[in-house]
Amino acid sequence: MTPQSNFMVAVPVLPEREPELRALLATMNLRPGVVDPENALFPFGHFDALHVARFVILRDETAADLPEGDSLRQAPAWLAFLGDCDGDSDALLTRFAAIAGDGLRRIFSHCAEYAGDADLPGWLRAHSVSPAACYVNWIGRTVPQIREEAALHQALKACLARESGFPAGEAPLTVRDRLIAYQRENGPALTPLSPTPPKWRRRELLNRFGVPLALVLLAPLVLLYAPLFFWLLRRRETTDPVITPPPTPAHVDALSRIEDHDVTNQFSAFGSLKPGWFRLSTIRFIFWVLEFSTRQIYTRGKLARVGTIHFARWVFMDGRRRVFFASNYDGSLDSYMDDFINKAAFGLNLVFSNGMGYPRTRFLLSGGAAIEQQFKNWLRRRQLPTEVWYKAYPGLTAADLARNTMIREGLDAAAMTEDAARRWLALI
Amino acid sequence: MQGLLRSGYGALAQGSYLLLRITDAAGARVWLAQAPVTNAAAREVSNLLQVALSAGGLRALGVTEPVMAGFAPEFLSGMAGQEGRSRRLGDVGANAPARWRWGHRRVPDVLLMLAAKTDLAGWRDRVTTAAFRQGFEILEELPTSDMGGREPFGFVDGLSQPRLDWDGARRPGTAADLDYGNLIAAGEFVLGYRNEYGLYTDRPLLDAASGGAATLPPAVDDPSRRDLGRNGTYLVLRELHQDVRRFWRFMTSAAGTEAGGVALAEALVGRHLSGEPLIPGRHRLAGLGDEPGAIGSNGFVYEDDDKDGLRCPFGAHVRRANPRTADMPGGRQGTITRAIRMLGLFNPDLRGDLIASSRFHRILRRGREFGTLLTPQQAARSDVPDPQAGLHFVCLNANISRQFEFIQNAWLASAKFGGLSGESDPLTGNREPHPPGQATDGFGQPQPNGVTRRLSSLPQFVTVAGGGYFFLPGLRALRYLAGSTKDAS
Repeated sequence: MTPQSNFMVAVPVLPEREPELRALLATMNLRPGVVDPENALFPFGHFDALHVARFVILRDETAADLPEGDSLRQAPAWLAFLGDCDGDSDALLTRFAAIAGDGLRRIFSHCAEYAGDADLPGWLRAHSVSPAACYVNWIGRTVPQIREEAALHQALKACLARESGFPAGEAPLTVRDRLIAYQRENGPALTPLSPTPPKWRRRELLNRFGVPLALVLLAPLVLLYAPLFFWLLRRRETTDPVITPPPTPAHVDALSRIEDHDVTNQFSAFGSLKPGWFRLSTIRFIFWVLEFSTRQIYTRGKLARVGTIHFARWVFMDGRRRVFFASNYDGSLDSYMDDFINKAAFGLNLVFSNGMGYPRTRFLLSGGAAIEQQFKNWLRRRQLPTEVWYKAYPGLTAADLARNTMIREGLDAAAMTEDAARRWLALI
Repeated sequence: MQGLLRSGYGALAQGSYLLLRITDAAGARVWLAQAPVTNAAAREVSNLLQVALSAGGLRALGVTEPVMAGFAPEFLSGMAGQEGRSRRLGDVGANAPARWRWGHRRVPDVLLMLAAKTDLAGWRDRVTTAAFRQGFEILEELPTSDMGGREPFGFVDGLSQPRLDWDGARRPGTAADLDYGNLIAAGEFVLGYRNEYGLYTDRPLLDAASGGAATLPPAVDDPSRRDLGRNGTYLVLRELHQDVRRFWRFMTSAAGTEAGGVALAEALVGRHLSGEPLIPGRHRLAGLGDEPGAIGSNGFVYEDDDKDGLRCPFGAHVRRANPRTADMPGGRQGTITRAIRMLGLFNPDLRGDLIASSRFHRILRRGREFGTLLTPQQAARSDVPDPQAGLHFVCLNANISRQFEFIQNAWLASAKFGGLSGESDPLTGNREPHPPGQATDGFGQPQPNGVTRRLSSLPQFVTVAGGGYFFLPGLRALRYLAGSTKDAS
């Protein structure tokens, strides 16, 4: 398989050119919230390795929640260009520069630190920011594979729909054999999966054993620190300010306008961490464990119980004083938040309770997101309208992709029991 | 509180909805102060009057912006207030607000619900007094008809309703919620009570010192303030036109026979015409009662009784409208199993946990039908005139976005409900491709051998012709809004 990677270029925007930049980015959309994949500035559709990508202007809209006199109350704006892709993202940035260099130069000319005709791939790399943690719904499933498997699902579905060929009550294995024969003769081509790069495999293996080993070695220190940690934590949890006014109607309108044009939505949120070393060290440790879990445990279809996220990432910005969170999720925002609150509130709390103004938590796990309306206000206030958002497979949810992969795996399986064949047929 | 929270008053068979515009605020307040609004505590009601107000209506009565800001954002924005909301609710294409009879350009300020046992016209005259005409004009009158408990397609309707936990007997969020239950926290349906999170849903809380607020009850969660929401709730109204002839002609022709058409329609709906479920009820669910009738018509859970959708298809209307899911699949389990499941470990089943916990997404349905009822046989004939029938859908909920809008968007309208694809609600779907190029007009029926039998190109059977969000105030809040300081019980 070809593992995915990601890229993010973030550069401060020249304040006087921000309105012009927003207008320019808007030209990439057919209408608000719907990108033109072949737009003249950056033709996303040309890049077969690209799953999702976005341009978003990051400005901490809640900086005023910070204590008086805090230097972070001054909130500059960054332009972020980020995406998730198959294979090496460095190589992709080079291709971006080769194919869409003019458009990218035009876009980034609105930013500080842009020198004009310099070496563009080098410049993009120099302004790249790595995530503190990221999540990939299904490690190693490429864009071409997703498209082929979707075509396979459609073809098998159409074949079954010609009902006369499959009288009701025919044995599952017989139906399966006929579908296999149909696929062989008339079905869409399925490219064999490419071999996994040995370098990547070694790195993941090292990570799989290295992180638990490090945790074991650190355990005595962690245990020693624990009483102090909980004392410090509880002191903060009982006194940290909770700031959860509802977002303004204008803000909600601006976000709503660009949502729900596809079955998947983008989510971009940006805010400040609570000041001080304690929160920073806590969140860095949590990101470290989270990153391990998404690399080693949640690698096929689900993040804990949540199966609606395609890609997500958390990125430190501004000298690790602010955090940018980006995700690509299925369904509308309210159902996404409900899903998280009801299925994984503890996970939200672990990460986001280190953010300024978060609803009150207890021991980092409970409370917080379970204070439903406060949490929704808190999150929605930090959300920013994404200027341009691209997804390579409109109309397909993560559940669709998982089902299609299972259909393909079942088609390739050597032998099957009658019951397994029945369950496989039910997927189509 | 207003009686609608307790009952739909089905025994008052004659009903009518008046959509009003406030022409004179002072006149409107005078009438509201003495309007004979039916109290939930009243017994032996023979005439019913209920009053609800839209955001525009509250403003027209003089409610100030700081107070308005305490209402839910979706209520303030309105059902047709945002294109994004219309997309989520499926109000696009033939359902688009621009085509509505009312609720888009003609937005009512006030909704009056009238019902009577025998003499609706007389009751209407007694309600719409000279004082009434001083304050209001009638924008639209929505008549209703009594179909004897059936909706216009001929199905017995309104069988599944949540039971409200008025005394707080159940503590939400415990291990008991690993089983699906029908007893739901009162705060899901009435403001000022604890909801399924154990919290109080946001609502306007006023300074006791502000004008007239002293007559309002103190907020339970903040006794220093007065609660304008207490004993009130949000009311959602949608005028749904049902194309009964198209429905039955499609069923008969798709199935080939009249009887086959009925069976197909029953699969689409998820219940028999008689209201009997496709899955015979046998469980005593919390909040259902012990009565055999209640257990028979609602004592079933899809996960336990029909995991493969062989009896009630996954996409059937009633299975979408209330999927009867517990907090986690797998039922009651030990703490360790529960923790493992919560972390999503060792669970390769990708589709089993897609649907959210039902207890956060329930509504109280209070609608009434309109038009003429036809039998399926009559409707399928080619010479029968259009019965002009439909449903004035009404539901009550404390949080419109988490309850009505969630059900309508994530469960009914969604082409991806529960891992399905290519189909939205077979009864109410708008059939618009979403996103462009991707069909939503299919319907799948799983067969025992694993093959899903699929219908395609379902026509649109139900069209939205109007709608709005209203606040159904408690009686004291209504007096407050009327500017009167007279106490109400």
